[in-house]
Order: sequence, then structure tokens, then C-alpha cells
Amino acid sequence: MTANQWLQLIVYFGALLLITKPLGLYLYRVLETDAKTFLDRIFKPLENLTYRLLRIDPHKEQNWKQYSISMLVFSAVGLVFTYAILRLQAYLPLNPQHFPNLSPDLAWNTAMSFVTNTNWQSYGGESTLSYFSQMVGLVFHNFLSAATGIAIAAALVRGIARNSAHTIGSFYVDITRVTYYLLLPLAIVFAVFLVSQGVIDNFNAYTTAYPLDQSAATTQTLPGGPAASQVAIKMIGTNGGGFFNANSADPYENPTPLSNFFEMLSILAISSGLTYYLGKMVKNQWHGWAVWAAMFILCISGFFIAFHYEQAGNPIHQGLGVATQDGNMEGKEVRFGIFNSSLFADVTTDASEGAVNSMHDSFTPIGGLVPLTNIELGEIVFGGVGAGLYGMIVYIVLAVFIAGLMIGRTPEYLGKKIEAYDVKVSMLSILILTFSILGFTAWAIVSPWGLAGLNNGGPHGFSEVLYAFSSAVGNNGSAFAGLTTDTPWYNTTLAVAMFFGRFLMIIPILALAGSLAQKKLIPQSSGSFPVTGPTFTLLLIGVILLVGALTFVPALVLGPVVEQFLMHQGTLF
Amino acid sequence: MATAAAQKLFEPKIVGPAIGDAFLKLNPIKMVRNPVMFVTEVGAAITTAEIFLSNEPKSFTVQIALWLWFTVIFANFAEAMAEGRGKAQADALRRSRTQLFAMRYRESSNLERVAAEQLRKGDVVLVVAGAIIPGDGEVIEGAATVDESAITGESAPVIRESGGDRSAVTGGTKVLSDQIKVRITANPGESFLDRMISLVEGAKRQKTPNEIALTILLSALTIIFLVVIMALYPMGIYDGAIFSITVLVALLVCLIPTTIGGLLSAIGIAGIDRLVQKNVIAMSGRAVEAAGDVDVLLLDKTGTITLGNRQAAEFIPAPGVDMVEFADAAQLSSLADETPEGRSIVVLAKNYGIRERQLHEMPDATFIPFSVQTRMSGLDLKKEQYRKGAAESIRKWTKGTFPKEVEETVDQISRAGGTPLVVADQDDVLGTIYLKDIIKGGLVERFKLFREMGIKTVMITGDNPLTAAAIAKEAGVDSFLAEAKPEDKLALIRKEQAEGKLVAMTGDGTNDAPALAQADVGVAMNTGTQAAKEAGNMVDLDSNPTKLIEVVEVGKQMLMTRGALTTFSIANDVAKYFAIIPAMLVATFPAVAPLNVMQLHSSYSAVLSAVIFNAIIIILLIPLALRGVKFRALPASAILRRNLLIYGVGGIIVPFIGIKLIDLLIVSLHFVS
Repeated sequence: MTANQWLQLIVYFGALLLITKPLGLYLYRVLETDAKTFLDRIFKPLENLTYRLLRIDPHKEQNWKQYSISMLVFSAVGLVFTYAILRLQAYLPLNPQHFPNLSPDLAWNTAMSFVTNTNWQSYGGESTLSYFSQMVGLVFHNFLSAATGIAIAAALVRGIARNSAHTIGSFYVDITRVTYYLLLPLAIVFAVFLVSQGVIDNFNAYTTAYPLDQSAATTQTLPGGPAASQVAIKMIGTNGGGFFNANSADPYENPTPLSNFFEMLSILAISSGLTYYLGKMVKNQWHGWAVWAAMFILCISGFFIAFHYEQAGNPIHQGLGVATQDGNMEGKEVRFGIFNSSLFADVTTDASEGAVNSMHDSFTPIGGLVPLTNIELGEIVFGGVGAGLYGMIVYIVLAVFIAGLMIGRTPEYLGKKIEAYDVKVSMLSILILTFSILGFTAWAIVSPWGLAGLNNGGPHGFSEVLYAFSSAVGNNGSAFAGLTTDTPWYNTTLAVAMFFGRFLMIIPILALAGSLAQKKLIPQSSGSFPVTGPTFTLLLIGVILLVGALTFVPALVLGPVVEQFLMHQGTLF
Repeated sequence: MATAAAQKLFEPKIVGPAIGDAFLKLNPIKMVRNPVMFVTEVGAAITTAEIFLSNEPKSFTVQIALWLWFTVIFANFAEAMAEGRGKAQADALRRSRTQLFAMRYRESSNLERVAAEQLRKGDVVLVVAGAIIPGDGEVIEGAATVDESAITGESAPVIRESGGDRSAVTGGTKVLSDQIKVRITANPGESFLDRMISLVEGAKRQKTPNEIALTILLSALTIIFLVVIMALYPMGIYDGAIFSITVLVALLVCLIPTTIGGLLSAIGIAGIDRLVQKNVIAMSGRAVEAAGDVDVLLLDKTGTITLGNRQAAEFIPAPGVDMVEFADAAQLSSLADETPEGRSIVVLAKNYGIRERQLHEMPDATFIPFSVQTRMSGLDLKKEQYRKGAAESIRKWTKGTFPKEVEETVDQISRAGGTPLVVADQDDVLGTIYLKDIIKGGLVERFKLFREMGIKTVMITGDNPLTAAAIAKEAGVDSFLAEAKPEDKLALIRKEQAEGKLVAMTGDGTNDAPALAQADVGVAMNTGTQAAKEAGNMVDLDSNPTKLIEVVEVGKQMLMTRGALTTFSIANDVAKYFAIIPAMLVATFPAVAPLNVMQLHSSYSAVLSAVIFNAIIIILLIPLALRGVKFRALPASAILRRNLLIYGVGGIIVPFIGIKLIDLLIVSLHFVS
């Protein structure tokens, strides 16, 4: 790495570290219903009005079952709402390009994709969706699926922090407050910033441009649209669904190095702040930092691996006279280069973001293994907003249980005994992840419908299918784009995978929250399991790798690892 | 019982039947209780069928099938060993109760001779000197000395009498003198000994809460790896590689946590067993587990923290009295005093060069015994009249002459938690003897270790707060409960439990029963009343309250052993992947050969080595499972670091070495090509 790249890396993680505490403190104020924020003057009336309109008593808390039902009902309504808009977009306003209605399977896939915070896109934004569909149908979920994730994380953290409690908060209050006080203001500020960098934001019909060099092409269509406002929440809420097909590689979405830097920072911002929120809630700030450290180490390790293999490039290029010192530039924007493409790819898959500024499909096999592994770990390395933290807490519970016995006591996490029920629901969420990813991949890879989408053969084709289902189950949304997924089979199965990966994960996690909440808080002593310090951080990383990653080893070997070895023998796919 | 403590680990008497049991336990209906080993057994059955179906070399499939069966049998053997050791102890207990007869009172109050098995709760029997007490009961009339060595291993007889806290008798013990009327309190088969025996044998063993949680974790991991393996088959088809069923089953068994799955129940049985070796009977495995979780230890002062009696620690002569002269007077005043306090004064005086004299050496000496009126004891010689007693009594005796310095000394000693005894010769006050509670050896250090482990120690005493504070400070306990009545004890337990803490205590009297029942770990003394024994969840046969500390250690050890083997088992998977995955793929993708980092000889030798390692490690870890991970009193963070290093990092490294060595061995023996 060059000095400049080191500097960028340090500035990036330095900035992430710096915003963690202020964001965490702010999150604490947003998520504690009675706390005051500096935005109360603007949003309090709006918040109260929302409660009145929806007939919600903001002081009435819910137990985990009520919380789950509210979340499911709310998501189901959102799903139908977006499905309807997509199926009817031809009759709706703000459709200057007169795009037709979406097919049922594509509309179902897209609606499920956004309601689950996945933002898997079987469509190209500028060639399929009207401005109305994007601004209303999709952005609704960009805000509220993100708010749902944060709400679930808050509910779980409350479960840990509370003593003998029956409730874990109110779902409607949580999503309302997160949307008004956190996501909306951040999105507005970020959108204005993006516009300052040159991201477009208009309602114009597409422009037909005539290139100066008439010999190259006759005309070019330049798309328009309210991109900046959509891109802002796409990044902050770890949604990742690009306004345009090329996502953050598109100059209209990500025009400058500065916009690229802040887009990368915004992916991890809230999730990083949530670790501080965890520490504050459980009154053990060093625990929050120990979790942050585990996330940081996994995050930067992934980057180094990806960067190393991308920089090393493809040995076959050497024989073709391509400048090898540039590394593997296939599928990357020259503006971003190896460094910023590798970092973006690592960060976007650590989180459940899924926005891309380079084509992961074109990475070297091991370079591509990094984003794939990041997703398969459950996106707990900072992770999606809220989803990262609650996924991480599941691993913490398991780490505490496995290693906690070794100190000679019934395992205890922050004064809460980890018992059979807690182990059961924690393992259930990991089981669902493994079962969904491997099950769908295995089905796809031997079924004619699955094989029909393959454009590449061999291990690379396998990696593409594995990536697609990992991304769907992990609610990431990025893709190894060599796979054609806009087919009824893929649209349907991927949507089911997204549903499993989101809701079947959340319910055990809320059950865990409910179970932990009602337990007595045992006072800490020197005999309690230590959840701070380097030993804990390393233990957590160990458990994530042993329990999380080991299950995917055979599949990863059959895909990227075999491909890397074959590449060195001169075989490409 | 005393013989059981020195049991060797692999005693042939136990190993023999255990091998037989290991095969009997293959019964799938029984195996279902242990999902990990059940899956392994199914795997073994499938590979056995594959011997006739698969295209792999027969010798390879046969060996895989054999080793998978061995894996199950080794796990069964571990369990059978643990049970066998329990049975051996149970048999020792049973020997003490063969062919007993009882003299039962009939309604007409005359006696009849019946077999002990015919006795029912409520029957009243007469036990005379030389007879064995036919069942658990309560003395309702009389007093007798009883030899309880059959249960406690302690040869000194104990007194059992009606009323009070020493009325309980245990079946199988022998009356040495006198005769007692005993009301039987347990039906045959339900007596204390019977329950002990069945617990020790593991017959009535129920899974403890942590064991259930761990079983869920292990089952879930097993299901996850089943999914992984089932998905692998179609993935292979895509690549044109048809993975053999034998190899897939081998990989599955290697990945699921067979090591801990195979040893889990043995660890639990061995935990109860280790307590028995310490002469403590736990009423359930749950109680042993709770012992490991204890946050607060309630310890009775007398007998637990201090030796039963006070001892003379210092002589403080009155002004103008020579030290040797005073020591001499102190000894003379105590010569006839046979109480432990009196003996200790005589012993202390020897330090001042005063030889112990016998009463018969001094013909003109008259012994003045302690009387309730004077509250003094002493010795009259020809001229001297030595008296020893509390300050107030001596003041009366000396008719008011009482030096100010002596008064101050008396005050100081009282404030320090000691007992001052003043010695006078007629009207002359000679000095003060400092009687002190003696803290049992090694306790101060032990309490310090407990503090580091986060366990709070509370001393319970009937002393006044001043005295209690002084002793508590000297013993190094964290806090104390002075002037404690039984209901105070109960209140303290409830208070600690309300804060979420687990409390352990010992007790023997009937008035301890509520507190024993309330405590999470209640260790009743075997000398205690039946009520106390029923209320507690453990009984200490040696009636040594200090043993509570060891009980906590055994509980912790059991949990640590489970955690350590679980970590080890999961960490092992890394090396097994490196052995088997390259072996599976190298035929289809020769390029992956470098993944074979252990340089294993061939695909067949690699898979077989991993399977053999997986089986053998169970046998190698049986001693650890039965003896338990070594207990160290360290703070949790230090224990965690240490055990993570040994069982986590070690668990990753060891199988790499083990599999490589097995590979070298089986190749050199030409077991595989």
C-alpha cells in the first residue's frame, strides 16, 4: 500500500471512531422515549401528531410477542403498499419515461427486497422504475426498514439492560422516533452534501445527448431523477438499492472522491454508533468498545485480504501485456482504483448495505471471497443498521455460553444468565441463516431453473449463485452480477430467501430480548464473565469465525478457493 | 466410603463391565437421548451398509465404518466408566446394609423380630448395644453412642439422644453402648442411604440446567453441519464430483461436536462422584451445578471458621507481678480444669518454662470446681487460694481491690473480640489471661482467593457485634452477621437472593432447616437432625462445615470441564476441514493440492486419519472428563485467558499434529493406500 492509501485508511477508520461516541449518545436520546434531543422543537409536534393519527399511546410498552406482531403487521402492510405501486406505476404520476407496470414476480421480488432492507435489484433503476415508484414505493422502506432494524436492536439491548422486565419498548414509538430524529435529519444533510458534490436531483425526463465525437455513437440517453435524496438514505440506512443500475459506481450517484469517502463512512456510521449505545445502555462502556474492536478487526482484516489479492491481480493478465502493477482493474472505476473499490466492497458487505462502487463479480476469486464471507458471517461486522448489532449480540451470547462455562459458572452476559431457552433461540437464528443460504444454493445449482441464469461456468458460476442467495438471506443486496436473476424462479426464491433472512431471524432475536428482559440482573463481581478487554474481543472473533464461518467453508472452497487455484493454473471462468 | 476416595482411574474391576456396557448402550432407543452420538451411530450404520454398496476400496469403507462404531462405543465407554465408578461406591455403601433385622414394637408394646425391609415409616424399633440400626429414624427415647464409620469413615463414635439436634440416626450404623428407641422415618428403598446409592449410580440422574442448554447448543451445531453436508452433495454434482456417502458421513461425524457430545454425561456423573469422594452426597446434579454458581458463602463461626473452643493466647500480668509468677498461678488455677480452655492455659504456661504438674503430685491441693454461684474455678493450696474467672466475679472475690491497669486490659481484650479471664490469689489480682478464638489454619488465604473469584464470605455468629467484628477481621471474611438467630440467617439469604445472588450455607440443627431449604446450596451435617438433612440439598458425611468451600470448587470444576471440552471440540473442526476437504476435491480439481497443508499421504489416508483422531480423542480425554479440569482460584478473567489458551488455541493446534501422526502410522502399517 502506498503512503497515500495508508493515510486514507487511517482517516477513514479514524473518522469512524470519532463519530461513534457522539452518534451513540444521540441514539441513546432518540431511543429513550423520554429523553430530549436538540431536534425536539422541530419534530416533537410531528411525532405527537403521528401518534394521534395512528392512535398509539407512546407510553404503553410491548412485550416481545406484541413487538414482533407489530413489526410483522407493519412490514406486511408496507410490502403490499410497494407491490401495488410497482404493479400500477404506469397509471401513477412522475413517470416521464412512461415505464410499464412491473411483472408480478419482479414486483414481488422488489417489494420484498426493500421491505427486508435488502435492496436486491433484479431490475435497473433508470430503465424500469418511475420516479414515483422510487420516491414513494421504495424510499418508504429505505427509511422504515432501516428504522425497524434499529428498533429491533434497541429492543434487544433493552432486554439485556433491564431487570426483571416484561416489556422491551414500543415498536411504533421506536420506528417513529428513529425516522424523525435520526434518519430524516441525517438524510437531509447528506442529500444536500451530495448535491454539492454533483449528484443530480431533478424530475426531468431523460436527456438525449449528441456526443462531440460523432464517429463513436449516434446518441446517448442521460437519465435524470431525484437521485441525491434517494442516495442519501440508501447509504445511511444500509439499504444499498441504487437509484441507477450502476449504483455507487455511477457518476450521477457518486461523483467525487469526497462523496465516495462520505458514502463509505455513512454505511458504517449508525452501526458503529450503536455499539456505543449498547455500552451506555448496559452501563459498561468498555463492553461497547470491545464489541467495536472486534468489528473493527474483522472489518480491516477483510479489507487487507481483498486489497492484497486485487493488487496482486490476475496472473493471466500478465501474459496479455496488461500492466500488472495496476492490479486487477477489471470491473472497477478508474476514479476509485483498487484501494477505494476494495474498501467499499469490504464495508458494503460488512454492513447489509449492498451498494457497490465496483463490480464484485470481477474481483479476483479471493478478492471476491471477502465480501461473500462478510455476508455469510451474518453481516455483524458493524453490519446493517440495527441488524448488525442484534446479529452480533447473538454471537456474543454464544461466545459467553461456550467460554463462560470455562470459568466455572453458569454463563452470564452482563448479569443475565444464559440458559437453555436463550441458547435455543440464538442457535435458531444461526441455523436459519445457514439453512437458507446453503439450501437455496444447493437447490439452484442442480435445478434447471437455477442453472438457466448462469452466464459463467465452473466454480465462478457456483460463486455467483452462492453470492446471490447469501446476499438475499443476509439482506445485503449486492450481487455477483454475472447471474441473470430477473426470472420468475430467481425472483421468487430470492424473495423467499430475503424473507427468511429478515423475519425468521428477527423473531428468535425478539424472543431472546424478551427472555433476557425478564431475568434478574445479577450484580457483577470479579467472578463474573469478563465482557471487556482484549481476551473478550479475541474470543468473540474466534467464535464468529468458528461457529459462523466454518459452516460455509466447504461451499467457499468449491467456489472462490478452487477458482483461485485454477486461475493460477491458467483457467478462467 | 473411605476406601472409595482412593479409587484408581482405570481400575480393572470397573473397566471390564464398562466395556460390556459400552456395547449395550448402542441401543438406538437409548442413544436418542444424546443427539450428537445418535447421529454418529446412524452414520456408522450407513457406512456399514456402504461397505456393500460403495465403489470405494472395501478396506477403506470397512475401516471408516469400524472407526465410526468405535467413536460411539468410546463415548458409551466414557459414560459406562463414570457410572461404574459410581456403582463401585454404591456397592461399598450397600455392603453396610445386608440382612438387617429389627426389633419392632407391636401395638401391644411387646417386641417382634422383623426383617429391616419390612419396616415402614412410623414404626418404632428398639436398638440395643451391638445392633445395627435398621433404617433412618429419629431417637425418641434414650441415648447411645453410635459408630457411624460405615457412612462417614470416621471411627470415633458419636452420641445420639432423643430430643434436640442430635436425634437423627442413619440406617446401617451400629449402636455401641446403651439402647435407644427409634422411630423409623423412611420406607425401605427411600431411606437416605438408598437415595445416596441410586444417585451415585447415576440411575436417577436428570440433566442439569446447564447440561440441557449445552445439549441444545450441540444439537443445533449437529443440525447445522447436517445441512452443510447435505448441501455439499448437490454442490459436488454441479462440479462433476460425486462425493461418496462414506466420505460425506466421515466429514459429518468429524465436524459435529462428538468429543463433548460423547463425554458430556460422563462429566456430569463424575461431578457427583467427586463430591462423594469428598464424603459429600449431593441430592441432585443440579445442586452440584448451583455450587459452582455460588456468590455468597454463609459460614458459621464456631466449627467452620474457628476451632470449636477458645484458647489462651497471652498472659498479661498485673502491675508488680512477675510474668513467670503469673504464668505459674494461671497454670495452677487451671490444673483441674478439664475444659479445652483450661487445657490451653496449662499448655501456654509451658512456654514460660513451667512444667505441667499433676494434681496427685500435690497432696494438699484442693480443687475448686466451677460453680454457678461464684462463677469461678480454682485451686486451694496450703497458703494460696487461686481463683480464675470473669472480671466481675473476681472483683467480688477480691472484695473490690482491682487494679486500674487490669481493668483496662480486660476492656481491651473484650474489644478485640477475645475473652478475658482474671486470676487472683485471695485479694491480690495477679493478671489477665487472653482467651482467643483460633481461626482454622489456611482459611485466611482461602477467603482471599474466594474474594478474588468474586465470592463473598459472611460469618454467622451468636457473638455480640464487637467480638464478631474483631474475629471477622482476623479471619478475613467480607462481612458478618452478629447475634444471629435462625430467622436472621433466613432473612439474610432472602436478601442476597433478591439481589440475584446464589447463596450456600451449612447447618445442622432443626432450626437451620428453613435457611437450608431457602439457600441455593444447603449442606447439612450428617450429625444434624433429620429435618436439617431433608431441607438441604447436600449432606456432608464428615460433618465438617469447612467442606462447603470444597463443594463450591467441585461445582466449578464440573462446569469448567464442560466448557473446556466444548471449546476444544469446536476448535478441532479447523484441522478436520484441512484434512478432509482437499481429499474430497483433489480428484476433481487437482489444483487444490496445496490446501493439503498437513501433507497427508492420500485422500483415503486423510479421511481415515481424521476419523481415527476424532474417535481416539474421546478415549484420551476420558481421564480429563472424570477427574475434571484442574481448579484454580483465580479471577474469572485469568481463568478465561488460561483455559482459552489451553482448550481453544490448543484445540486448533492439537488435531493438526494428531491427524498427521495417525496418517504417518496408518500409511506405514499399510492400512490404506
